[in-house]
Amino acid sequence: MQLQQMYQEIILDHYKNPHGRGLRDPFDAESHQINPTCGDEVTLRVSLDGETVRDVSYDGQGCSISQASTSVLTDLVVGRPIGEAFKKMDAFVELMQGRGQVEPDEDVLEDGIAFAGVAKYPARVKCALLGWMAFKDAVARSEGAKA
Amino acid sequence: MTTTATPLDVATVRADFPILGRTVREGKRLVYLDSGATSQRPRQVLDAERAFLETANAAVHRGAHQLAEEATDAYEGARQKIADFVGVDYGEIVFTKNATEGVNLVAYAMGNASTSGPEAERFRIGPGDEIVVTEMEHHANLVPWQQLAARTGATLRWFGVTDEGRLDLSNLDELVNARTKVVAFTHQSNVLGTVNPVRSLADAARAVGALTVLDACQSVPHGPVDLHALGVDFAVFSGHKMLGPSGIGVLYGRRELLETLPPFLTGGSMIEMVQMAKSTFAPPPARFEAGVPMTSQAVALGAAVDYLNAIGMDRIAAHEHALTEAALRGLAEIPGVRIVGPLEVVDRGGAVSFVVDGIHAHDAGQVLDSLGVAVRVGHHCAWPLHRRMDAAATVRASFYLYNTPAEVDALVDAVREAQNFFGVS
Repeated sequence: MQLQQMYQEIILDHYKNPHGRGLRDPFDAESHQINPTCGDEVTLRVSLDGETVRDVSYDGQGCSISQASTSVLTDLVVGRPIGEAFKKMDAFVELMQGRGQVEPDEDVLEDGIAFAGVAKYPARVKCALLGWMAFKDAVARSEGAKA
Repeated sequence: MTTTATPLDVATVRADFPILGRTVREGKRLVYLDSGATSQRPRQVLDAERAFLETANAAVHRGAHQLAEEATDAYEGARQKIADFVGVDYGEIVFTKNATEGVNLVAYAMGNASTSGPEAERFRIGPGDEIVVTEMEHHANLVPWQQLAARTGATLRWFGVTDEGRLDLSNLDELVNARTKVVAFTHQSNVLGTVNPVRSLADAARAVGALTVLDACQSVPHGPVDLHALGVDFAVFSGHKMLGPSGIGVLYGRRELLETLPPFLTGGSMIEMVQMAKSTFAPPPARFEAGVPMTSQAVALGAAVDYLNAIGMDRIAAHEHALTEAALRGLAEIPGVRIVGPLEVVDRGGAVSFVVDGIHAHDAGQVLDSLGVAVRVGHHCAWPLHRRMDAAATVRASFYLYNTPAEVDALVDAVREAQNFFGVS
């Protein structure tokens, strides 16, 4: 059944038991992102320690795909240098925009590879990228604040 | 609603809609329950558009050759059919790109009234004036009024919505007052299905000299509508929700108003006389149809009206009434499903929106889609209404003349399946 390809167990696990959820202090920058077609939203904070992502905390409401992908995001980027986090983001974005044609690298994306099936549903790609767009924006804001 | 009409023959109707015969998602029969977003088109409509293009296509209202004459006749003939369909006069129908453009036309024309002559006096709007809308509006009948208020300094106010999903008219007398210039509201909510008391709202508006603008997108396709009898000043509806093409909408304007309403879009076709420094404008409806119009779409919309008339709007309304009743009953029986909108099928049309506890609308819609059931998910361009009804997003099933009781069952079964899939049943 196609549905199981999309809703991998990993995704449902992250949805039911999200990692890193909740807004925490202190933080360097915050981003609020909305998916205007469905009204899903996420508020995401980044806390940086020099060039390292010290913490990502978030809150929001939305579908299983948007919530699970934000949960996976925290696993992938917290504790890593910003440059490495962005490489993972680029790999995730490439996977999601690949319409199911991109072979994901588990070493890079870990649980994120579970979203390969979502990429076959163009209407859901935005859901999967909502938290990532918030992360990108929040990092940009924190760097802008420092400059 | 009439009860005397013989039921429509759904099987015969369905045979006219080729798309309903296709399968989706690995061989599932398509159960199309998204006509509130856009309806499917019967062969008769597709054939009419093709026949026009193959035999009579030309730019209308220009040229003196035979094709130009025939194209103009076809275009204007469609206008007459549509006018008859909603109980108004030929010259009161303006073709627009879609219903959204129709609302914008009125809003921008009112904004333009401040720089027009004294004949446009009654359309002028500014600081101290009030525009009244409702909390159940589609964004298309809300955002243009927000913008008009922002451009002119007028104040935007609105009717609230009750928990049941009806308009809260308890403050009608306070809300519609001597300062009110426009009352814009929907005939039938695209989310709740609620049918509003148009006549009494129009009467209240007229009593204070305010103009009424009716969003009839969800009513005109689904039952008999007589705009003169309803007493509204303006109304909009879209072609693609009533078996016709996209790219065409209709604005109705009461004749005496269209005669003095300033233009919105300007250019070719809408002029009376043009000099280098200034121009005068054609009488309505031409004044509001700048540029070469969407001709084959108008012809096809005329064919859609023929098709609907042949079946009978009373019968279509009765058919949808039965489907809506069955859907409300079936969904209400599922624990964890909350209907957003009136539960009784009284003053209520065939849009059934709901939330399923523990499942986001997107996820529910995905399971339904995997079973071939096509519904709308999200806020359906009525975000403030969703906030009011305490729902981030809903699943919406909407019915039309080609839907069957078996498809209602398929919807109800699919919702149960979604609960199983996400383990919330």
